Amino acid sequence: MIELYESQRAMRNMRRAAMQRGVVAILDVGSSKIACLVLRFDGSDPSDENIGSLAGQSGFRVIGAATTRSRGVKFGEISSMGETERAIRTAVQAAQKMAGIRVDHVIACFSGAGPRSYGLAGTVDVMGVTVDEQDVARVLSACDVPDFGHGREVLHAQPVNFALDHRSGLSDPRGQIGNELACDMHMLTVDAQAIQNIAHCVKRCDLELAGLASSSYAAGVAALVEDEQELGAACIDMGGGSTGVSIFMKKHMIFSDAVRMGGDHVTSDISMGLQVPTATAERIKTFYGGVVATGMDDREMIEKGGETGDWEHDRRTVSRAELIGIMRPRVEEILEEVRACLDAAGFDHLPSQQIVLTGGASQIPGLDGLASRILGHQVRLGRPLRVHGLPQAATGPGFAGAVGLSLFAAHPQDEWWDFEIPVDKYPARSFKRAVQWFRDNW
Amino acid sequence: MQPLSRKSQSARHDPAPSRLKYRFERLKLTPGFRFCIRVVLPFALSVGAVSLWFASDDNRLAFNQMISEVRETVESRPEFQVKLMAVDGATSIVAEDIRKILPVDFPVSSFDLDLGKMHETVVALSAVRDATVRVRQGGILQVEVVERVPKVLRRGDRGLELLDETGAFVRLANARADYAKLPVIAGDGAHDAVKEALALYAVTGPLKARLRGFERMGARRWDVVLDHGQRILLPETKAVRALERTIAMDQAIQMLGRDLTVVDLRLTQRPTIRMGEDAVQAMRSSNTIKAGGE
Repeated sequence: MIELYESQRAMRNMRRAAMQRGVVAILDVGSSKIACLVLRFDGSDPSDENIGSLAGQSGFRVIGAATTRSRGVKFGEISSMGETERAIRTAVQAAQKMAGIRVDHVIACFSGAGPRSYGLAGTVDVMGVTVDEQDVARVLSACDVPDFGHGREVLHAQPVNFALDHRSGLSDPRGQIGNELACDMHMLTVDAQAIQNIAHCVKRCDLELAGLASSSYAAGVAALVEDEQELGAACIDMGGGSTGVSIFMKKHMIFSDAVRMGGDHVTSDISMGLQVPTATAERIKTFYGGVVATGMDDREMIEKGGETGDWEHDRRTVSRAELIGIMRPRVEEILEEVRACLDAAGFDHLPSQQIVLTGGASQIPGLDGLASRILGHQVRLGRPLRVHGLPQAATGPGFAGAVGLSLFAAHPQDEWWDFEIPVDKYPARSFKRAVQWFRDNW
Repeated sequence: MQPLSRKSQSARHDPAPSRLKYRFERLKLTPGFRFCIRVVLPFALSVGAVSLWFASDDNRLAFNQMISEVRETVESRPEFQVKLMAVDGATSIVAEDIRKILPVDFPVSSFDLDLGKMHETVVALSAVRDATVRVRQGGILQVEVVERVPKVLRRGDRGLELLDETGAFVRLANARADYAKLPVIAGDGAHDAVKEALALYAVTGPLKARLRGFERMGARRWDVVLDHGQRILLPETKAVRALERTIAMDQAIQMLGRDLTVVDLRLTQRPTIRMGEDAVQAMRSSNTIKAGGE
């Protein structure tokens, strides 16, 4: 656990250094596009007030934004390092150029790599009369970490709930009087290789990795409004290569998973079904796509086009109903997989069952009707929050991950490694241990 | 597996910058580097170019020559030409002197005139009390002079000198008769007490016809010299009052009309007279007669 602490703490320090300098880049490595935002922090700390003028998201400003077609990323994981590196370079350079300033620190998010959620619980006796930081540290380290397997890495480990002697639901137990402190923690593990790949790509671009996040978490931060986060909601981030699911409750993520299917699969279905190249299929999908067919759609004919020189081949047409007939089963399949994820997470038992669809693939017309039939009644389409200086082109649902990551960069949630390290985990002869000894004995 | 050779790759559509280009772009966006490019480099280049050009002697010479030529053309413009000198407030002799000691050959550029030095030269003339020198509109060198007015004649080693009221030398006088109205002074330090001498002269009214002059004795007090070798010895202080007293005595008893050689007023409480040789003899004989001697 110690080396994880070290690397995550190092990243956190890097993030702090970047905030000090005032400029940090946000990189959303997706399967269909790579988005890069350049944020400038203006130094004002909105955490002083409870709710600022922009609900706590002031304090930074987007000064550069760029997107590029993603290359070498499949299912939200890097499959070809060189191509991904070049794509990142393209996005970063364009965003830098727009910002007019060089960025050195980057916070990245990705959707794939088989995320797995674990709920952890730990209990410890309070040492003094009141709970102090060391007690919190001890209860965090007392959480029994499951064997998540070799080759996996913890991406998020957020304490979501503290309980003190049968009083549960405490967000900050410090200073309270009690005997037994318990803690619930949500831990998200991903494939270690995916992290290493993305870290390597970022390093090859002469950038420093100042943070990593799961993009389904980031999308949830951006697309869910405050009461949804508080009462319980699921955010479904429908990307190109994978669909992320994250469940929020009491402003904490309590579950996250990903379905390895997305909009690219719909495109490839169209491409195969209509015998057209992928680019044409993508174009047809975005212009004429849908999931609910009506009688009108039988008469609407779509030119498939082509450049073979064969007149008959190049003048083929297809009705929109046929297109919908190809798209709908795949979208249904994705949503059913999502439903399976939500069922496995026990989403039915939450007090509020709001579902928010976001991500680029959520823009299929009629998707909300189909989703409400499969997932439940409370479905809405979510767009990311508005942030300062974000260009109009980057306000669509496809940028929920990037915007959420900006919010995450400005106000990171406390993770395990942000808390104090318990005294007995310190190396021997530590100064802090001596201080603790004095405090205990005098 | 994608083809490994770079050319066959379908990289034509890939807009990615090369590593080198990417790094260069980042370097260009670095604030320090931008400052260097925008400020330091142009500055260094221009300074380097100029100093390189000036490193050659010929260039320096040509540059200096160019500067002086431009200067020349500006200075020789008709607007800056001074064509003649006007001397105001001076008598013809002094004006002549001024023209003599200011060696300006007109026309001359006003840039070449050193007005401060000219002013010093003019003021250094003994006959000039004050002067202003300036270039007037229309290219005229205007010299305005306030002359010294001679108030006394001093008989000194050089002959007759004219002094003004402060005792400053004005010029030599040819003859006493030319300045009959002016009093004559003499003696050591006479020019330091011209003011007192003038005050004495002002009160000599009835004696003016007999007055020869004033002589400074021991550089501290005045003697009034009258004709027939008579002298009035005045004290150091309140000399005017003593002289008035003498005149009063003279008017009362015609004292100075008698055979006296000296009226000594140096002690104010005790005026003393020295009689002439004949008078002494006469007084002695009359005294003898009175005493009934012989």
